[in-house]
Amino acid sequence: MASVCSFLPDLLCKFPAIDEATIRVVRKSVDEGFKGLVRAYTNAIDVLVQPLQVFLNFLESLFVNSPWIVIMALMVAIVYYGSRNMRITVGTALSMVAIGLVGLWNDTMITLAMVTVCTLIAILVGIPIGILMARSERAQSIINPVLDVMQTMPSFVYLIPVVMIFGIGKVPGLIAVVIYAVPPMIRLTNLGIRLVDKEVLEAADAFGSSQWQRLKNVQIPLALPTIMAGINQTIMMSLAMVVVASMVGVGGLGRNVLQAINNQFFTVGFLNGFALVAIAIIFDRTSQAYGRRLQKHSEVIHG
Amino acid sequence: MASHAIEVKSLYKIFGPRGKEFVDQVKAGMGKGELNEKHGHVLGLQDINISMPAGGIMVVMGLSGSGKSTLIRHINRLIDPTSGEVLYDGVDVCKMNENDLREFRRHKTAMVFQKFALLPHRTVIENTIYGLEIQGVPDDESRKRAKGWIERVGLKGFENHYPNQLSGGMQQRVGLARALTNDADILLMDEAYSALDPLIRVDMQTVLLDLQKELKKTVVFITHDLDEALRLGDKIAILRDGKVIQQGTGQEIVLKPSDEYITAFVKEVNRGRVINVETIMKPLSGNPEGTPIVVGTVLESAARLMTVSNQTVAHVVDGNGRAIGSIDLATIIAAMVTPISHEKIPQAAE
Repeated sequence: MASVCSFLPDLLCKFPAIDEATIRVVRKSVDEGFKGLVRAYTNAIDVLVQPLQVFLNFLESLFVNSPWIVIMALMVAIVYYGSRNMRITVGTALSMVAIGLVGLWNDTMITLAMVTVCTLIAILVGIPIGILMARSERAQSIINPVLDVMQTMPSFVYLIPVVMIFGIGKVPGLIAVVIYAVPPMIRLTNLGIRLVDKEVLEAADAFGSSQWQRLKNVQIPLALPTIMAGINQTIMMSLAMVVVASMVGVGGLGRNVLQAINNQFFTVGFLNGFALVAIAIIFDRTSQAYGRRLQKHSEVIHG
Repeated sequence: MASHAIEVKSLYKIFGPRGKEFVDQVKAGMGKGELNEKHGHVLGLQDINISMPAGGIMVVMGLSGSGKSTLIRHINRLIDPTSGEVLYDGVDVCKMNENDLREFRRHKTAMVFQKFALLPHRTVIENTIYGLEIQGVPDDESRKRAKGWIERVGLKGFENHYPNQLSGGMQQRVGLARALTNDADILLMDEAYSALDPLIRVDMQTVLLDLQKELKKTVVFITHDLDEALRLGDKIAILRDGKVIQQGTGQEIVLKPSDEYITAFVKEVNRGRVINVETIMKPLSGNPEGTPIVVGTVLESAARLMTVSNQTVAHVVDGNGRAIGSIDLATIIAAMVTPISHEKIPQAAE
């Protein structure tokens, strides 16, 4: 390379980076500015976050403090109602028993509470944004790149501003998880609505549907299979992110995994990992079976 | 509830972002090809003037790409015209604001679609009450009304099936029941029967004709099938490249095709089932002879009557039984076969 550089001017050979001092100044002022901004609005942020904190704490203590048998019965009942499938129901009971036996019941409950809240928030945020995207090309062209960033940005990176704004604790963890888990919800809601048969929409218009009636009677119901796939993805991604979120103070199985990584506790790591996998499979199979059951009408009986 | 006529007046539709700018040029004679090549806009409809009879079936016929589906969508304004008027009961549908248009669609029109366009997640009865549901009619009342129509179209017992569980013909019956339950004056049928098997199609045509006898709605029926057009239409308009090239009754079109294109079409038609006896009868000379045949009888039936009674001459009588003309078997046969002049013309259609 040196031989080529001897012919070329220095400017074309070594990339002319902005000098360190300038970068340092810019970096410092951005950091300072951001910190100042956060400091100025600390109270407002606390008020804003308060209901989330309360809800999360309530659900967590409910899950942790209830007798295990009640939670177990409830879970089995929900899984059975959702899937109407004995295999999935028995599998759920067995894996929960296994989790209890290895002493991970409480941690699992904490994680379960966290994932439940995250999924609910992701659905509440994701579906309206998805609908907005489906209705307007401009909204889609703005939101799409944002979603790309959310999905490709390493999750550790956006933990930094989240911690700066919200501090350490459950709520910042929750927000980080939602940021990570909400894109598939938004994308699949958008996709589902856009794929709705044009002729059926035309029929809805021809009968004089208002925008809301069109959405409620035609678009959402016909997009439901895709939306259900989005919910499923969101749950899976929340579970994956719960481990990363333990870095900012979220408890439960994630924290155990983090400790196991730090201390090279092979067995502890895998036990907690498998507990997460078990919960993931329970959620996945149940929500998929439920989604299939919703689509019963699409079974073709008459060719 | 009396139905009103629909008047379509000098309607133009040019597809494309700047359609309005080219209306004058099209009026001045720019053709479809030139518009597309020079400006990248598609001429959908040009200078459509049709008066659709109140309480009758208006058939708009044309091959694919002729603009017939575009035309029917102007009547309930699923498509906005580039210029022109669609008048119903003296009101221009094209000038309605959003609210009036929605009310017009809810109460005055109902539509049946080629691919049925049923809601797959709803049962037959839930699909049928759709129009009433969005009007805000109470559920039990709309179900009662819907049940009646489901029975009329022959789907009794299938109320709680899903569309996917039904055959195509049955699904279109649901589409028809859904439109009829709306109790609207105008019934728009966009190639409603084109996706059905021939036998089922004839069956559904009979259903429509029977219902129309008592309902007397203003029906606009789109089709690409001339036999269907002739069977259903009180009036027929034939569309080609977005222009009406002939309109009139079925008999007028079959007997006096206005150009080669239509001639090629009508060549294949079974004339014996279209032409009526009074169209070809001769003035009465002397006393009425042979079998009496009522006006409005088609040639095929007349020929059958005469053959059965073993006679070669007959006389035509009006509704009161008064003889008004004479007819003989040779004339009937001559009128039933396609004229030689039509045969010579090379096939322009297809």
